[in-house]
Amino acid sequence: MGIRVQNLVKQFGPLRVVDDVSFEVRPGELVALLGPSGGGKSTVLRMIAGLETADSGQVWLDGERVDHLHARDRQVGFVFQHYALFRHMTVADNIAFGLSVRDVPAAEQRARVAALLDVMGLRGLGDRMPAQLSGGQRQRVALARALAPRPKLLLLDEPFGAVDAKVREELRRWLRALHDEVHTTSIFVTHDQEEAFAIADRVMIISAGRLEQAGSPVEILDEPATEFVARFVGDVNVLTGTVRDGSVHVGRLSAGPGALPQDLPPDSTAVHMVVRAYDLKFWRDDSGPATVRRVMTLGDRVRVEALLDGAGDPGAGSPGAGETAEGAPIFAQFPRRSSLLSGIEAGSRIAVEITRARVWPIGAAR
Amino acid sequence: MHSARRRRPTGAARVIFVLLCGWLTLLLLVPLAALVVTVARSFSAVVAALTAAEALDALLLSVSVAVACIVLNGIFGVTGALVLIRHRFRARRLLDALVDLPLALSPVMTGLGFLLLYGRSGALRPLLDAAGVQVAFAWPSVLLATLFVTLPFTLREVALVLEEIGDSAEQAAATLGATAWQTFWRVTLPDIRGGLVVGTTLTAARALGEFGAVLVVGGSVANRTQTATTFIHAAIEERQEAAAYGMALLLAATAIGLLFLLQRDRK
Repeated sequence: MGIRVQNLVKQFGPLRVVDDVSFEVRPGELVALLGPSGGGKSTVLRMIAGLETADSGQVWLDGERVDHLHARDRQVGFVFQHYALFRHMTVADNIAFGLSVRDVPAAEQRARVAALLDVMGLRGLGDRMPAQLSGGQRQRVALARALAPRPKLLLLDEPFGAVDAKVREELRRWLRALHDEVHTTSIFVTHDQEEAFAIADRVMIISAGRLEQAGSPVEILDEPATEFVARFVGDVNVLTGTVRDGSVHVGRLSAGPGALPQDLPPDSTAVHMVVRAYDLKFWRDDSGPATVRRVMTLGDRVRVEALLDGAGDPGAGSPGAGETAEGAPIFAQFPRRSSLLSGIEAGSRIAVEITRARVWPIGAAR
Repeated sequence: MHSARRRRPTGAARVIFVLLCGWLTLLLLVPLAALVVTVARSFSAVVAALTAAEALDALLLSVSVAVACIVLNGIFGVTGALVLIRHRFRARRLLDALVDLPLALSPVMTGLGFLLLYGRSGALRPLLDAAGVQVAFAWPSVLLATLFVTLPFTLREVALVLEEIGDSAEQAAATLGATAWQTFWRVTLPDIRGGLVVGTTLTAARALGEFGAVLVVGGSVANRTQTATTFIHAAIEERQEAAAYGMALLLAATAIGLLFLLQRDRK
């Protein structure tokens, strides 16, 4: 079942937490709303569910306008970050709640609860109380409870925020598998990029109440629509440079046309060049423009941090993160056994090649 | 629960413990024991005094008023707490402060206020006379005064719990299709049950023990507006010691019984 959100606006006092957000979710899609905390993602979700009233804008479910409907009449399942289970009810009664308030026959309720306990890997826990379950189990009960009345749409607000890292990983994979099985159109809110990219068919980046970009994980990573998205997603270097002859120059380092987008700003424009950690190459070269500061082995990858000579001129506008007068820090990641790593250690001089970068004029409107 | 982390008492802790026990003995146990001993000494006289019509009527009025307060405060306390905690409106802060007023006001003053309204030359007197209802120096005034002094207990206790549990379970119920009514009975009420029990116990204890307000508005008329507490007062005045001590011990025992019930419920 599809959903369309149109020009949603929500103001809390002087703060416009949701600022003219519009998007569409196709039937059966699993979409992530990703963005920094406090950016308005949860408010969007709560307005779709009817837990919050929009100041203006519309919500369409299945071609039918629902924003005037009470939450109970929207047939939208909602999973809360802190589970919000009914503490005094057993797991089975929690799951059956949405059926029993609609007077579904008891036998049917029992069958549905049993089926859901099975799907959720909660078999045998139906008689437990929520307090007797682990965090991961509780969240699965909350999910089963939301799915029991067969909602048109499933909304999950930071669903794995309250469980520890290992369980979170497991729940993610499991949510994706579940979605592939039941195909309920779903939207989940997260501030964790890895989570969004790992699970979602499509990701919507929301910041400061605005929808910055909507697209597949690959589109978001490779074709960021705004500087915010480019900087927010992934591990990035932000370098301050100048455009000259179709290249961007940062001190002695330059990125050539092959690595840059075609629509480059005119010559001598000061720009922020955003380069992902895996779009950089380092190799040992004593006449190179940078010095290695640290080499860190992170499991299957190695992270190399270096300082780029003569870059980071504060006169060029707002500096990139950590820029100083001595140079700009840059870092790259390599596979553990990469041949590029030979001779690279703290203090060695290196050559730097930028293989792919995005460029935004400094001070331009986003 | 955390007994493993409990430390062995230090010397200072022991001294404080002994002082505390002495303090409690002096304030609670000695007067209570004196009461018990006195009553035991003249047991048959006490039984006779307490089974007299006057004593029974006073007890009946006290208990009926307490029960009425529990029921009415239960209803208004829960709805009031829901309104105060779950809604944001302009006069909320003012209302919130007003709820505590009965705790701050002296009951005698409260009684006087009621008299100004319902008494011989009270503001509402013409209206009440026209309707043929007597409030002052009749049981309705006793009920009204007791309702006033017990107003905060249930409301406050329930509000505390409501605030603590938050509203996400109620929101979950709404997204699952529950009506406001269903949500209240199946989700909210079981959650606030603990607060309701505490509030009810405090209400009962306070209603049975109220003295100043009911004396002023009711006038302690035997068989009509005399409550258990004003009965004790009258008995002392008339040097009916057996009746006074007997009723006092009965009230004390009831209060202790209520507190024990409360402790059991907390576990």
